Amino acid sequence: MQAWHFSESAYPYLPPDSEYESIRVNLPNRIYDPVKGAALWDRYLDEWCIAEEEGLEIMLNEHHQTATCVDPAAPLVLAALARLTHKARLLILGNPISNRRQPVRVAEEMALIDVLSKGRVEAGFVRGVPYEISPANSNPVRTNERHWEALDLIVRAWTNTDGPSTFEGRFFHHRNINIWPRPYQAPHPPVWVSTTSPGGATKVGEKGYVQATFLTGFDGTRAVFDAYRKGWRAAGRGNDIPTNRLAYAALVYVAPNEKDAMEGARKLLWYVTANKVASQFANPPGYVPVSAMVQMARGASHPLSAFKSDASVEKAIETGIMFAGTPDQVRKQIARFYDHVGGFGHMLNMGQAGFLEHDETVLGIKTFAREVYPWLRETYPGTGISGFAPRSAGSAEAQIAGWKGPLI
Amino acid sequence: MATTTASRKVGLRGVELDVFDQGTGAPLVFLHGASGFAAGAPFVSGLTAKRRLIAPSHPGFGLSSLPDWVELPMDIAHIHLELFDALGLDPRVPFDLIGCSLGGWIAAEIAAVVPERIRRLVMVAPVGVKTGPVDRLDIPDLYTAAPAKIEAMLYHEPARWRVDPATLSDEALTIQARNRETTALLVWEPYMHNPKLMHRLHRVTAPTLFLRGESDGLVSAEYVTSYAALLPNARVATIAAAGHVPHIEQPEAFNQAVFEFLEA
Repeated sequence: MQAWHFSESAYPYLPPDSEYESIRVNLPNRIYDPVKGAALWDRYLDEWCIAEEEGLEIMLNEHHQTATCVDPAAPLVLAALARLTHKARLLILGNPISNRRQPVRVAEEMALIDVLSKGRVEAGFVRGVPYEISPANSNPVRTNERHWEALDLIVRAWTNTDGPSTFEGRFFHHRNINIWPRPYQAPHPPVWVSTTSPGGATKVGEKGYVQATFLTGFDGTRAVFDAYRKGWRAAGRGNDIPTNRLAYAALVYVAPNEKDAMEGARKLLWYVTANKVASQFANPPGYVPVSAMVQMARGASHPLSAFKSDASVEKAIETGIMFAGTPDQVRKQIARFYDHVGGFGHMLNMGQAGFLEHDETVLGIKTFAREVYPWLRETYPGTGISGFAPRSAGSAEAQIAGWKGPLI
Repeated sequence: MATTTASRKVGLRGVELDVFDQGTGAPLVFLHGASGFAAGAPFVSGLTAKRRLIAPSHPGFGLSSLPDWVELPMDIAHIHLELFDALGLDPRVPFDLIGCSLGGWIAAEIAAVVPERIRRLVMVAPVGVKTGPVDRLDIPDLYTAAPAKIEAMLYHEPARWRVDPATLSDEALTIQARNRETTALLVWEPYMHNPKLMHRLHRVTAPTLFLRGESDGLVSAEYVTSYAALLPNARVATIAAAGHVPHIEQPEAFNQAVFEFLEA
């Protein structure tokens, strides 16, 4: 198991949400104070460096025109981290390639950061949430098709080393692809794709890329991982799916005592509860299939929207979108989740959000790194196999009981 | 003239279109807007009473299939040109053409490419050109406006046309969602226009009537005037107590204006 520290680098100093229509897309940027924003960036970068010192890997992502994530150019921040850090893997999850006009440019950016970091880039690609469509002025129809064609082009750009090559696809056209530099890692940085739908995960499994899913809870995550395993096997990659192909992103907060842990966890919930999005941005035509649109017209909603209307730490833990508490509590929560979904190899820890202050964030990072992570690595080694075959180590409870590492 | 009834499927190369084809007399082709063709709307019977009305559902709308290469209104114009041949319209006999909103854009593309095939052209609250300044949308952004604002842009009397989705069948909701998706595909960027079209419209020879509902919040009077000025022989008329869909809100006034123009 590898664990990654992740923050959306939010700008939380906002007026009451009754005073704006949407935190995304149309919130006027006069609300953003660049001086306060610069101070926030100092601390977010510091926190990633502290996470590295504590032995965690680093993850960041990208959103546009939103206070929830003031990182509209994640490759730039990744490049900064390439020089601020020395050993952590650097995961960008990810590049919104169905909204970017030049996939070859994305290939160049990733290759350059791979060189700057001496081969530490983990290159993630996302279709992007629906509210990214308007900021990118990107057609909401056929985003999946663009995503996969762009990724194909990027991998070709990374791996072609014999001078200019050409690409004439449905959406992208290039006659002279010959990027300098080429990636540091051979044949190219590991590729990650995030999707929260089983349909998408099957395709990721067929390709054998690392599959990440965000806040999909117990059953949603299991469905995504099952679909991935199905795609992996259908493509003839073998019956065994290495756990290191699967990643789960959750809100994670660990503190030595329960009171501090719950206080931090409540602050982390900002990520879910502050996400006020106007309906016209939340579901542009074509973003989800027609059949899903029909279900929504009949009143269906995303599981997270239902959660948001009545959010609590307890409910977040119960649904599996959050792991929070004392180290012992969190170990048990993760073990239960791990068994339910069939195993995975990467924990993407959203360890900072909203008003979780620097000291609190650092306490969460350090407690996780020192009291939970060693157990995770020992119990769930990276060589594990994902699926539902019984493991020799036995049940989650037995694994915790048999563990010799530090317990609080 | 052929007498046919209601809708049928017409297979063309790589696409199957659902085509409403009813009535007798000289063919009158009707190209629907973003919300699709509603055969039961009152204006339809008024038109079929006098003419053979041919109203294809555009690719990706209604029950018509959507080929994966279609992404622009011009692509649909080409498919409809093929449809006219498949329906046996005599290329030597020009026909009358009505286009509403997005359908007006498609009609304008057709009329600019084959001006000799169009006898008279009716453009109802059409989109398709950009005549205004760079820092202002000619057509307000349908995709960033709150739903309540959109219905106010579309209708003179929004409350009268509000539909509770719960009362619609799955088939109707599916068509609605497909229509919305295909519209987004076609109009997203450049928004609601083809930058080339304004440089081709001078080729249109048919006398043209632009119709606009006086409460239309999408297509302004200024826009229609500037659009009409791009065609050699066009004039503008307004329909009272109607928004963006005057054929729906004022079917009698609409049909009267259409026939007065076509029969002039």
